[in-house]
Amino acid sequence: MMAFQIMNGLTFAALLFVVASGFTLIFGLLRIVNLAHGALYLFGGYVGYSVGNLTGSFILAGLGAMIFVALAGLVLDQGLLRFVRGFELRQVMLTLGVAFVLNDLALVIWGGDTFTVATPQWLQGAVQIGGLFYPKFRLFVLAVGIFVFIALWVLLNKTRLGALIRAGVDDAEMVEACGIDIRRVFLITFMLGSALAGLGGLLGGTFLALYPSADAEILVFSLAVVIIGGRGSLVGAAIGSLLIGLLNTFGQVWFPQLAYFVIFGPMAVLLAFRPLGLFGKAA
Amino acid sequence: MTSKTSTTLRILAGLAALVLVAAPLAMPTYYVSVATQILIFAVLAMSVDVLAGFTGRTPLCHGAIFGTSTYVVLYTATVMHMPLPLAMLLGVLAATVLALVFGLLAVRTSGVYFLLLTLALGLIVWGICLRWTEVTGGENGLRGQLRAGLMLSTRELYVAVAVVVALVTFAMWRFVHSPFGLTLRGIRDGESRMASLGYNVPLHLTIAFTASGFFAGIAGALYAVFNDFVSPSTVQLSQSVAGLLMAIVGGVGTLFGAFVGSFIIIALEQAVSSVTERWLMVLGLTFIVIMIFAPEGVIGKARLLMAGRGQSKTKP
Repeated sequence: MMAFQIMNGLTFAALLFVVASGFTLIFGLLRIVNLAHGALYLFGGYVGYSVGNLTGSFILAGLGAMIFVALAGLVLDQGLLRFVRGFELRQVMLTLGVAFVLNDLALVIWGGDTFTVATPQWLQGAVQIGGLFYPKFRLFVLAVGIFVFIALWVLLNKTRLGALIRAGVDDAEMVEACGIDIRRVFLITFMLGSALAGLGGLLGGTFLALYPSADAEILVFSLAVVIIGGRGSLVGAAIGSLLIGLLNTFGQVWFPQLAYFVIFGPMAVLLAFRPLGLFGKAA
Repeated sequence: MTSKTSTTLRILAGLAALVLVAAPLAMPTYYVSVATQILIFAVLAMSVDVLAGFTGRTPLCHGAIFGTSTYVVLYTATVMHMPLPLAMLLGVLAATVLALVFGLLAVRTSGVYFLLLTLALGLIVWGICLRWTEVTGGENGLRGQLRAGLMLSTRELYVAVAVVVALVTFAMWRFVHSPFGLTLRGIRDGESRMASLGYNVPLHLTIAFTASGFFAGIAGALYAVFNDFVSPSTVQLSQSVAGLLMAIVGGVGTLFGAFVGSFIIIALEQAVSSVTERWLMVLGLTFIVIMIFAPEGVIGKARLLMAGRGQSKTKP
């Protein structure tokens, strides 16, 4: 039973990481706390659900969700955020407005019912690990989480784009002064981060569920992960996700009704000692 | 401006405010009810403004603090059968203690981080209200008979709320114009300077946060009596956002602007809700539009536009 719960915690952490890594990447580089991230997650899930129903393909559903949400990120950045560039608080509050609009839009399009994205045939059922039967799909989510971590790590540490992003996190003005079009790097990062929210939405929509307040719930977890891990840190996001994922799972077993309170604990402790998070740097 | 004309102006403004407050009494009960709501939310917006306008820290958790008070009042009065004054006292106390805890955690941060953190803290309260069904009733919420118990008509309740709101407004006005409030403004404008002058910045901010939560708690307790019902939607993010939006629309740092903001947003909500169910979308769109075009608030924007026109006239 314990091993089962640990696995549940790890898979939830993997989902959280997929969503929160996009969030922290955007926050770290663009200094934008994209509060519409939860709504983008929800849209990713819904679009994935619809595409999956239309085509019957889980892969297409995933691609559809990621592309759609990345485009939504493009529209958000180019269509709205450009008007408030340089004003941090106004940017954040604008994305909050967008979150409300998107949430209500989803309610208009898909209604208030709870949906679950159909698990594809090849991921149905369980596998035996040791003495434990564990659902294949959840293991798949865990694998996706690990894959995203490795892919982002390679992207950030081994490619030119990654070097630009990291340089941008440290000092965007200096990068621009070196003759690099930092706006393009920003836009790519924003779309990449959004696409990760979309992917998260599809995964979450399959092994959790999609319903109108799911966006606020995933947003709390993403905020907690970033508050714990620190702005823009990939490793911080991974550690934060593990901590929150495991705590939330065990919290739900031990105090089903106060599970939310359990994530409050580590956040409070951390804030008392490191207000900017484990790996956060002052802006 | 001589002091004489300024006194006359003040008396006139006071009279105008009195007429405005008395006006709903001559209207149908529906409008009286809306006016009561406007006054209650103006207190919430002012409590947000105490932080946003006078310490420079924009909070997104005041809906949760406000709603906590509403929950506690309804729970203690309806489920535990406590007398209403005691229930309201406990509600305000709960909100104040919650604000103290939030304040202790949040005051070391500022700017976006402060916003983010208070948002997360507020959402945690929402999550607890939603899940802790034994106490909060979950999605069904708590329903009371506080108004019936008071045996007040809609008009009498309005007058009672107006009196309380007037007292609380005066208290807040005194608070932000006290030497303490001046220190807060000093912190807003130059935190490190105030710290090097020997002021204990975190302590000041914690007290400001707690006081702001106390005022939000009063608004929440009034709302419990007014609405007789509380559900997770009272503590949800849109409530905090509405409170902040009212403060922004009225003009951050003006305190009394909150009444204008509360009037505009609630009038808009009533108007929109009578035609469509898409209030949240309109709220979001309003937020986006205000952020892009008039972050200094409607009054501030109007003032700027007039100043702009005046300038262009004087220029050749």
